[in-house]
Amino acid sequence: MKLSTLLASAALAIGLAGGAYADDKTKVGFVFVGPVGDGGWTYEHNQGRLAVEAEFGDKVETVFVENVAEGPDSERVMTQMALDGADLIFTTSFGYMDPTINVAAKFPNVKFEHATGYKRADNVSTYSARFYEGRAIQGHIAGKMTKSNIIGYIGSFPIPEVIRGINSAYIHAKKVNPDVEFKIVWAYTWFDPAKEADAAKVLIEQGADVVLQHTDSTAPQAAAQEAGNVITFGQASDMAQYAPMPRVSSIIDDWAPYYVARTKAVMDGTWTSTDTWDGIGAGMVGIGDITDAVPADVKAEALALKASIADGSYHPFTGPLKKQDGSDFLADGETADDGTLAGMNFYVEGITGDIPN
Amino acid sequence: MDLSAINPVLFVAGFLVAATPLIFAALGELVVEKSGVLNLGVEGMMIMGAICGFATAVETGSPLLGFAAAAVGGALLSLLFAFLTQITLANQVASGLALTLFGLGFSALLGQSYVGIKPPRLAEVNFGPLHDIPVLGPVLFSHDIILYLGFALVVAIWAMLKFTRAGLILRAVGESHDAAHALGYKVVRIRTLAIMFGGACAGLGGAYISLIRVPQWTEGMTAGVGWIALALVVFASWKPWRLLLGAYLFGGITQLQLNLQGAGVAIPVEYLAMSPYIITILVLVVLSADKSSAPASLGRTFHASS
Repeated sequence: MKLSTLLASAALAIGLAGGAYADDKTKVGFVFVGPVGDGGWTYEHNQGRLAVEAEFGDKVETVFVENVAEGPDSERVMTQMALDGADLIFTTSFGYMDPTINVAAKFPNVKFEHATGYKRADNVSTYSARFYEGRAIQGHIAGKMTKSNIIGYIGSFPIPEVIRGINSAYIHAKKVNPDVEFKIVWAYTWFDPAKEADAAKVLIEQGADVVLQHTDSTAPQAAAQEAGNVITFGQASDMAQYAPMPRVSSIIDDWAPYYVARTKAVMDGTWTSTDTWDGIGAGMVGIGDITDAVPADVKAEALALKASIADGSYHPFTGPLKKQDGSDFLADGETADDGTLAGMNFYVEGITGDIPN
Repeated sequence: MDLSAINPVLFVAGFLVAATPLIFAALGELVVEKSGVLNLGVEGMMIMGAICGFATAVETGSPLLGFAAAAVGGALLSLLFAFLTQITLANQVASGLALTLFGLGFSALLGQSYVGIKPPRLAEVNFGPLHDIPVLGPVLFSHDIILYLGFALVVAIWAMLKFTRAGLILRAVGESHDAAHALGYKVVRIRTLAIMFGGACAGLGGAYISLIRVPQWTEGMTAGVGWIALALVVFASWKPWRLLLGAYLFGGITQLQLNLQGAGVAIPVEYLAMSPYIITILVLVVLSADKSSAPASLGRTFHASS
């Protein structure tokens, strides 16, 4: 037998065996915007993926592709995953929204789950976490702790999720410190450590002594550590390696229970298209340990705020609130409904600068 | 809008730092391309340098040893490319792309235990009284040795290409490898050395990001600088001084737009964000109106018998 024939038949045998093997397994795909080692956003999604593997063992097979650019490239990756037999695909960045809808239309039997978006279909669910609840706590701590009264904020892209976070942090910083000012820099990337570090350095040079980030890497933490006397918060992941200073607390995304539940639903055949948006109360948003760099009274207030958000007695967007242009947003005691929050495209009163289009 | 929030001294010092990784990577690639080889693996060699440098600096406590290791790491990875393209005569474009993919994956593997560690700090060069000159001191005389090395390397490469016999041979190989071969020059050997030099430079550039600019290790942290370096070589029409200008322009405008955003300048942010790319390209395109062209043998495979 010729070598090539031998190899071909061996490959065929493996392929056949693989095919038969895969049939009784539920295949779950993940599309990631950064590397799984970013220490932030993608890292936590990957933890969720590992939890699915741990929960179901041999009954599932997970695959993931990292560093997938938002846009046409992601459509190609999703299509390939669907062609390879994925039963359920999680697309974990806002910019995958339209690609997810497009690919889902081509594969009606594959279930899709898109994170942080708002477009759904019969086989596309959306899910997100109420990060703005965590931002309220960060804003409170930031407002109390800033000495220069300048708080730097590194934004990624001007989408509702990020704007919601800025507003929530600002409202609660302003509440405890009327003189506070936000400096917002848009990095136009989710993951670029050098650029994120540059943005943090610029904010610090311009007087910020608190830096909040809505980008995925730990680079701003490193920049703040280098500068000294600047505090930061872990974003998406605990980033505890930078505790107790500069990182004084964090927002932790816990996707594991959701990923396990949705995979189970696909296995049981009970999966339906849903819209999930959970916060601190449901455990999807965690608040990382508040370190001793924060004074005890501020820590106690922050924890009380967390408790009141968790039990639903307090909503971070509670009136009276005005929009940046001075028009009314919420009347006294009124809380924002989810529709308004999901499409938020304005700053609240007091924030300077314009939102890029 | 509050322009007084921008400190010009810190701004200039900041952009010199931001431009340095780009200078190293692009300069290395310039030498490689001058020898007639197109290595698209700059990004992969940079990230290898970033992790080799970071790991060595953390283990030994010496940032300078880290930079040395970064150069070695980048050069070793580039040897793989040299083997593929110069010995087995594989396609240069495909090999270069493969090198980037390999470098990104391999560095992630090597770097797993280095996430979240703070590297030792490289001290500033002590210029004594020069450092105390107002404005000029902090801008020019308060950096680490590697930043100055980057600048010195630009001068050295320019002089080498323009005035020395070694530069002439390198250019000859890049312009016409058949003619160079006929004259008795070892085309493959010269190109392999150029590729290794390019790898070492890219490694230094990567380590500058992980040890000084950020400073930390994160997977994929070069995030596309290698590709910008590749583009810069072309736009600088293979001339070291233009390359330096391009890198400073790019680094400078990147820093400037972040500063302007922080200061709340009323230019729409989306224009600010794209400005580094557009302005750098425009300036270099205008400069390159003198019809400087690529090395004639760029990207062509050489075999002594053909």
